[in-house]
Amino acid sequence: MNAITPMIEARDLRMVYNQGTDPVLALDNVNLDVNEHEFVSLVGPSGCGKTTLLKLVSGLASPSAGHLNVDGKRVSGPQKKIGFVFQVPALMKWRTIQQNVLLPAEILGMRKAEALERAQELIELVGLKGFEKRYPHELSGGMQQRVGIARALIHDPSILLLDEPFSALDIMTRGQLNLELLRIWSERRKTSLLITHSISEAVFLSDRVVVFSARPAKVLEVVQIPLPRPRVPEMRVSREFIDLVDHVGRLIGLEFV
Amino acid sequence: MERTSARMQAGGAKVAAPPRSNNVFRSPAFHRSVKVSVTLVVVCLLWEAGCRWFEVPSYLLPAPSRVFASLFGSSVDFVHHGSVTLYETLLGFVAAVALGALAAAIIVVFPKLADIIMPLLLIAQIVPKVAIAPILLIWLGYGLAPKIFVAFLVAFFPIVINTASGLAAVERELLDLARSLEATRWQIFWKFRVPSALPLLFDGMKISVTLAVIGAVIAEFVGGNEGLGVLIIIANQELDTALAFASLFLMSAGGLVLYALIEASERVLIPWNSAASGQILGDHR
Ligand SMILES: Nc1ncnc2c1ncn2[C@@H]1O[C@H](COP(=O)(O)OP(=O)(O)OP(=O)(O)O)[C@@H](O)[C@H]1O
Ligand SMILES: [Mg+2]
Repeated sequence: MNAITPMIEARDLRMVYNQGTDPVLALDNVNLDVNEHEFVSLVGPSGCGKTTLLKLVSGLASPSAGHLNVDGKRVSGPQKKIGFVFQVPALMKWRTIQQNVLLPAEILGMRKAEALERAQELIELVGLKGFEKRYPHELSGGMQQRVGIARALIHDPSILLLDEPFSALDIMTRGQLNLELLRIWSERRKTSLLITHSISEAVFLSDRVVVFSARPAKVLEVVQIPLPRPRVPEMRVSREFIDLVDHVGRLIGLEFV
Repeated sequence: MERTSARMQAGGAKVAAPPRSNNVFRSPAFHRSVKVSVTLVVVCLLWEAGCRWFEVPSYLLPAPSRVFASLFGSSVDFVHHGSVTLYETLLGFVAAVALGALAAAIIVVFPKLADIIMPLLLIAQIVPKVAIAPILLIWLGYGLAPKIFVAFLVAFFPIVINTASGLAAVERELLDLARSLEATRWQIFWKFRVPSALPLLFDGMKISVTLAVIGAVIAEFVGGNEGLGVLIIIANQELDTALAFASLFLMSAGGLVLYALIEASERVLIPWNSAASGQILGDHR
């Protein structure tokens, strides 16, 4: 856990899916280091292998070749030090918001009183105070995603993996949740890996943006985002921000005029 | 549509049910039952008038008044026959729910066994129950057993299919979450699969309970000396159509009550199932 070892360390990572007739090469020689407390975004064309990379990091899938260390240890199976936020809220509709947030605590056998206290804290952190006893269907899509974030944090993971958590939301809710995520990140400082299709979201939130090629995913470039923190919405119209967005956009083949 | 907006306005109100007025006479449920009752009364009146006007012979189509007279005025012990049929139906139904849910659980938890069980279930479902009822009579005698068994047989399949789809229908992301937390099989089953299966189990029960009534009556047709099905056979032999209609009425009423009970328990037991679109008798949410 010393400062030199990165939190996530991927070396020549390769992933081949062997389902069906012809195998699919999803990741090809991916090298990536993510430091502790860092916020890193992954962008790249659809289907290039971003989700695959998150699955490998979380231990839900194992690489076909290469090395993957998390927190200095080789990943050999599912890891509890990871919190996963999915593209869909994936809430249990039969549980209240509070019970949904508590689910990982129950499965991991955390002490009840302690878990309840943490859940309450997190529900407040994501701005859902007063909704503890509501059911998911009574919440908007954005509120449900926030429940997903609170749930991912309940067992105090050291890494937060976010797979397009805001892609189903309208642009205003999305901007708002970007700010929330920044706030949560600055309070908790979880090492975060975010997949997004929004380049400006990636630039706005991250310390670095990793740009992937089309499948099989290779790292095209890792773009440093030197914008100061704390980040504020006004930055999104600064020259520097726009240039960064433009640069990343060009890398994945988008032309901004 | 009004219900939705009513709920949206009720921002801070209670969780499960949409808020409703305290005044029973203004509630939508009351309005609906008034509509249903009025429709029934009008149908009966038209039926009665038609029978009298056209002087329809009673053995062809008895007027409601005659059915009514048969129901309350004859020496037939409807309470006894009705409770026999109800008993067979309920036992068959309960067995179907218990064993059906169990079979579904086995199919989902042990997919390898599914390959053996599913074809057997399918065969059991495809065999016409009316055709095997006489055989069951030979095997199980003339008592209640074959009736309960036929009720069970017809009620079983919808439970298995619905529960199995429910158990299997857990979101992929939720299962990923379970795996990433290293949830045990036991936890995955009880915390993830079972609750997700409940709405479909209830849907299956609604289908099954009406089928169970049919199953019990069919078995009574084939042989026996008590039950509403037997009354219909006797009524047919004696051309006592009013008696047949009276029995028919009781069967339908019984089936309806059972159905309503299941819907009611669904509302109480799984209030979170906001998408309970299958609610026919209860509130349309
Ligand atoms: N379980 C799987 N079995 C077989 N092939 C898979 C599996 N998961 C992903 N793939 C394939 O691997 C490739 C990369 O998939 P992945 O989900 O990682 O892409 P992605 O970058 O997350 O795409 P998107 O941005 O659309 O979510 C795709 O071609 C996909 O078809
Ligand atoms: Mg993806």
